[in-house]
Amino acid sequence: MEPALAVLVGLFFATAFYLILSKKLIRILLGVAIMGNAVNLLIFTAGRLTREVPPIIALDAYTPPAGAANALPQALILTAIVISFSFFAFLLVLAFRAYQDLGTDDTDAMRVAEPVADAGPPQGY
Amino acid sequence: MPASTTAPTWILIALAAPFLAALVAPVLHRFAGRAAAWILAVVPFAAFLGFVSLVGEVAGGARLTTGLDWWPSYGVRFSVLVDGLSLAFALLVTGIGTLIVLYAGGYMKGHPQAGRFLSFMLLFMGAMLGLVLADDGITLFVMWEATSITSFLLIGFDHSRARARRAALQALVITGAGGLCLLAAVILIGGATGTRTLSEVVMTGDQIRASTLYLPIFLLVLGAAFTKSAQVPLHVWLPNAMEAPTPVSAYLHSATMVKAGVYLLMRLHPVLGGTPEWTTVLPIAGGATLIVGTLMAVRQTDLKLMLAQTTVASLGLLVLLVGVSTDAAIVGAVGYLLAHAFFKGALFMVAGTIDHEAGTRDVTKLGGLRTLMPVTFASALVAAVSMAGLPPMIGFVAKEALYLGLDDAGRWGLVVAAVVGNALMFVIGFAIALKPFLGPEVHTPKHAHEGPIELILGPIVLGAVGLGAALLLHGFAETLILPMAGAVAGRPVTADLHLIPTYVSMPLILSLATIGLGVLAYRSLSTLRASVDGVVRAVGWGPDRGFDQIVAGIVASAGAIVRIVQPGRLELYMAMVLGFVAVTIIAPMVLFDEGPSWPGVPAMRLTEVAVIGIAVAGLAAVLVAKTRLTAIVSLGIQGFAVAVLFVLFGAPDLAFTQFMVETLSVVILALVLTRLSLGERDHRPFRQKFWDGVVAGSVGLGFMLLLLKVTQAPFDRTLTDFYDAYSRTIAHGRNVVNVIIVDFRGLDTLGEIAVVMITGLAILALVRVKARAPILPTPEKGKRP
Repeated sequence: MEPALAVLVGLFFATAFYLILSKKLIRILLGVAIMGNAVNLLIFTAGRLTREVPPIIALDAYTPPAGAANALPQALILTAIVISFSFFAFLLVLAFRAYQDLGTDDTDAMRVAEPVADAGPPQGY
Repeated sequence: MPASTTAPTWILIALAAPFLAALVAPVLHRFAGRAAAWILAVVPFAAFLGFVSLVGEVAGGARLTTGLDWWPSYGVRFSVLVDGLSLAFALLVTGIGTLIVLYAGGYMKGHPQAGRFLSFMLLFMGAMLGLVLADDGITLFVMWEATSITSFLLIGFDHSRARARRAALQALVITGAGGLCLLAAVILIGGATGTRTLSEVVMTGDQIRASTLYLPIFLLVLGAAFTKSAQVPLHVWLPNAMEAPTPVSAYLHSATMVKAGVYLLMRLHPVLGGTPEWTTVLPIAGGATLIVGTLMAVRQTDLKLMLAQTTVASLGLLVLLVGVSTDAAIVGAVGYLLAHAFFKGALFMVAGTIDHEAGTRDVTKLGGLRTLMPVTFASALVAAVSMAGLPPMIGFVAKEALYLGLDDAGRWGLVVAAVVGNALMFVIGFAIALKPFLGPEVHTPKHAHEGPIELILGPIVLGAVGLGAALLLHGFAETLILPMAGAVAGRPVTADLHLIPTYVSMPLILSLATIGLGVLAYRSLSTLRASVDGVVRAVGWGPDRGFDQIVAGIVASAGAIVRIVQPGRLELYMAMVLGFVAVTIIAPMVLFDEGPSWPGVPAMRLTEVAVIGIAVAGLAAVLVAKTRLTAIVSLGIQGFAVAVLFVLFGAPDLAFTQFMVETLSVVILALVLTRLSLGERDHRPFRQKFWDGVVAGSVGLGFMLLLLKVTQAPFDRTLTDFYDAYSRTIAHGRNVVNVIIVDFRGLDTLGEIAVVMITGLAILALVRVKARAPILPTPEKGKRP
């Protein structure tokens, strides 16, 4: 089963980065959202896949049933989902504010920090 | 060579004292004013007296060492070596230093930053003293660089003038580069001999000369010595350094710092000298420097520039003599080095006094000062006699000795160079000592009068020392010249030094030739000046302009490189980063054949195939969506597909969270988008699509291969088994994932919550910041909400 998800993860990453390479802020945001899913799936698959049985201990047992899913990557991913969502929200607001102040969503037109007509390094002493 | 004995520990205190004095100098100057210089001069004077007390012991052949561990794990010590060579230099540094501190007090009187100036001078003094006394190679390097830095600070002292800034930077760049050569040389010497302690290095005999590292060490030492001691064509910084106040020129740029290069050559002469490389390169470089320096000096009319160029020439002469490498030549070099320190220091101070009291130092605008400044005139005359190499001064003794050395070595080309150079120095010496003082009185910018005691004391004392050393020649030779020459030669030397020639010898004939040539040249000085000036103007390019061109070239090429790698386009930066990610993942797999093996087609249930198919379709929908809104809505497809995958593989908690987050993301994104008025479409040209696809596809491929490789490796269940085993028994929770998050890794979860909270605060701040006027003009179609 893992090879199939490995291919899927590859597709997620490729799509995410293709969008991130865009010059438009909205596409970059979409790419960031997909990249979060790509990373989560990567961790999930690396922890090996088991079908259906969640790592929950029955009332009359002290350990999860045999064949239960790996709990560790799930705990990591749970944290990662929340963090990547807050990261996404922050980027979204940042992009929104950048659009409000700069009047564009094209990264090539955002040249406040690196102006096109750069005077170059100073000469002389 | 005799074994080393322990030096008195007060030497370490004497080394630290100038630095401490530098700390208090500004405060002291604020409260004590003019008296501050007199108080501060006590520091070098006390050190001077201390070093004088060692003269007898060192002249008897003792080599004193002491030191402190500095960095024991690397074998670096802060250690000092007192032998004939370093003691003579230490006496010059502290003795002339005493006079210079006083002189600086008088010269900078009333200057608002006089305290800082004195502080810099004392810092330099400490560094220079450390340089000449250093026994450890690393200590030598540190002190060497410290003199470069203090020299930079002093040359650029008047930092409001661009010329001073340029001169300071130029000196720092050139001498700093030399310092790096020195560091490399010290490390190589350590490799060749097994020690970086100079007193041990000089006793390793032929070990370095026989080593294959000899040539690199030799070249690196030359790089250090020729930059510091201003050999052509690296000499340009020295005349420019005359931008500094005159006390600096007298102390750093004639008497002490510029001789550090010669000191280095002398110190390493026992192990590097005498080879064909040494006796070829050094005399040629020194001879060229001697001739160029004297000719450039003739061209100048500024007293300080004349002196600076003759300093270049004198340094050339010293390098030439050290390069000849015979005992007699070394005695000549040592004698000339000491004589030069006396007369050149004195003449610089005289030039500064004239400038200070008359308001100009242009020799063509000065005249008739002899009645107004009689003491200055007298001391200038004494110094000039020594510089010209006439009896009864030490300069004459030194010149006889160096002619003897050259004559003995039979190097006739060098003899001719030395005679021409000395004749021109004769001219310059008297031009400085006579032209401003003789002739009719000329109107000067300031009404000239004799300088205060601080200004005239230095030239008087140095003149007297130059005279005294010659009159008491036997004692001077026994106590200073011969021990110093012995340290340079690496074995005791004897020499026939004389003040009054008793028979007609080759040196005497050469001296007479020098004087005759000098008198002739002096009489036609203005013609000579005009013709040299004409030649220089006709050439029109010199290393000084070359320095500017190199600096401008470096700055321009740095700018060009930055414009290529930092063009200000986000997608290029991203492509660069992602490209490297792809290369770092894929390249090792290809190069070391570490890629995953072919996995075969996995057994999949229909539901799994369907969900994966939906996820891929969702991705494709985002990619091909023509409008932004379609793309945003399509974003939800892949997110929900991932959530379903979590359900299928036993992760209901993840699925639940994923459903929430994906929903929120799409809703918020759509809400925000409706508040932006953007064009419907954003089109990438095909060319860009292609390259973006290549980069993104490579990274995707890389992660796919990586994950395949990971899943093909054996799985380590240790941590999972731990959590499974103890989740209920210790933490009393049945949902293992939840137990990990809130219990086993509870602190991590606290951190995560903090991150979410900080992000929320940042978002709040961004939203509530009042929108400023747009920095760039808003496009016509954009309307601001």
